Amino acid sequence: MVDARYFGDGLTNLNPSDLKGKLIAIEGTDGVGRSTHIEMLQEWLEVQGYGVLTTGWTRSNLMSKTIEMAKEGNILDRWSFSLLYATDFADRLEHEVIPALRSGFIVLADRYIYTALARDYVRSGNRQWVRDVFGFALVPDLVCYLRIDIETLVLRVIETKGMNFWESGMDLRLGSDLYDSFKKYQSLLIEEFDKMAEEFHFEVIDARKSPDEIQDALRSKIQPLLTTPLRSPELPSDRTIQPA
Amino acid sequence: MSEQSPLPKPPHPYPGKLITVEGIDGSGKSTQLLLLHKWLESKGHRVFFTEWNSSELVKDTTKRGKKNKSLTPTTFSLLHATDFASRLYHEILPPLKAGMIVLADRYMYTAFARDVVRGVSPEWIRKLYSFAITPDMAFYFKVPIEVAISRLLGGTRGQFKFYEAGMDMNLSPDVTESFRIFQSRILAQYEKIVDEYQLITMDATKEIEAQQNDMRRLVGEALKDYKPRRGTHGRRTVFWRRFDEPKSE
Repeated sequence: MVDARYFGDGLTNLNPSDLKGKLIAIEGTDGVGRSTHIEMLQEWLEVQGYGVLTTGWTRSNLMSKTIEMAKEGNILDRWSFSLLYATDFADRLEHEVIPALRSGFIVLADRYIYTALARDYVRSGNRQWVRDVFGFALVPDLVCYLRIDIETLVLRVIETKGMNFWESGMDLRLGSDLYDSFKKYQSLLIEEFDKMAEEFHFEVIDARKSPDEIQDALRSKIQPLLTTPLRSPELPSDRTIQPA
Repeated sequence: MSEQSPLPKPPHPYPGKLITVEGIDGSGKSTQLLLLHKWLESKGHRVFFTEWNSSELVKDTTKRGKKNKSLTPTTFSLLHATDFASRLYHEILPPLKAGMIVLADRYMYTAFARDVVRGVSPEWIRKLYSFAITPDMAFYFKVPIEVAISRLLGGTRGQFKFYEAGMDMNLSPDVTESFRIFQSRILAQYEKIVDEYQLITMDATKEIEAQQNDMRRLVGEALKDYKPRRGTHGRRTVFWRRFDEPKSE
């Protein structure tokens, strides 16, 4: 991350330009196939000899239980909702992502702060506060946005895991039932993702295509990042494999 | 006078009153707030009490993080902000809307002082709490560090807690010395905050009852125009109007 930087007020004790790994975020709405593709990318990169760390939304040691509890209790207000995600994100950033980047790993992030920005905006109509909150986040080297239209998404989600309370934004009471609510909520999220895609220069990937085509598209976006001198595959002896 | 600092936030629009206390550990702020609580209730007011880092949602997480010492300045800050947000929404706003008096033991100023000493950006922490409402009265109990130390060591607690002494910051292997350094830095931050947010400074070296008298006098003055909501008051007005009765004095 040669020209690494923070979105806003950064971590005071850390200079991001010391980080030699690559940070790649895969964004996209619920049920778009992010985790499947991240698994395949990890395999692809590891076969080439790159150290890979994947990190997933709400999966921090500190917060995963707390967030589950909060969702079960259905007791979230807009601020706590975003702050819980921010705490989870910070815990993973400082304990997983930054140490991995420092050791030269490629970090694949299943969702990044854009998910939190979209969800908060849909709930509040205000973009500034949540962006300030996530000011300490590193700007990724690459953001791949798996873009899907709402009609295709609805079919895909019904065919696979079904619609759940939070993915339908039921706390917002947007529709009369799960289906209507899911459609309205996810449409609002997609709309906001589309706006951010321009603002933050996401690489947009058409997620309606076949899994193979999507995976090829992702690899072609990631490939150029891998040719930096530090990670040159021709010099495997330069690399020390760090235990994960 | 300085035009550098942003304009203070406007007062909140709710009929209730929010009174907060600040100060380092051992300043006696909680004792004073408890005594104020008793007094207000004895005057017939409806009072709601809320305390820093006490929401069910976050308390266990903070405890877990403290236990395995995995909290960083940033996650420490964010957890406290989450706790605050949750209490603001569930505990502070409803009683204020209902016209009650809310007493808060510590408010966002605690984060502005303590988290900045731990190393987070002063600008970031202020943005984090920008959703908070401004208290009607915010007291700061000012006490020299040595007085706080002797109170805590001589009092019921007998020893310092790990985070209260800032032991996570490796300031000194000696707990008392670490507490002295850490809390002195917090005191210095509070001095800035008192000016920035116009906190009411109380001399916390005075006798307990003398401080309480001062506090009650100030609160009494501030509540002069405060009209507590009584159960039937609103309905009775409607009743008179409906039957065109002359309003009684």
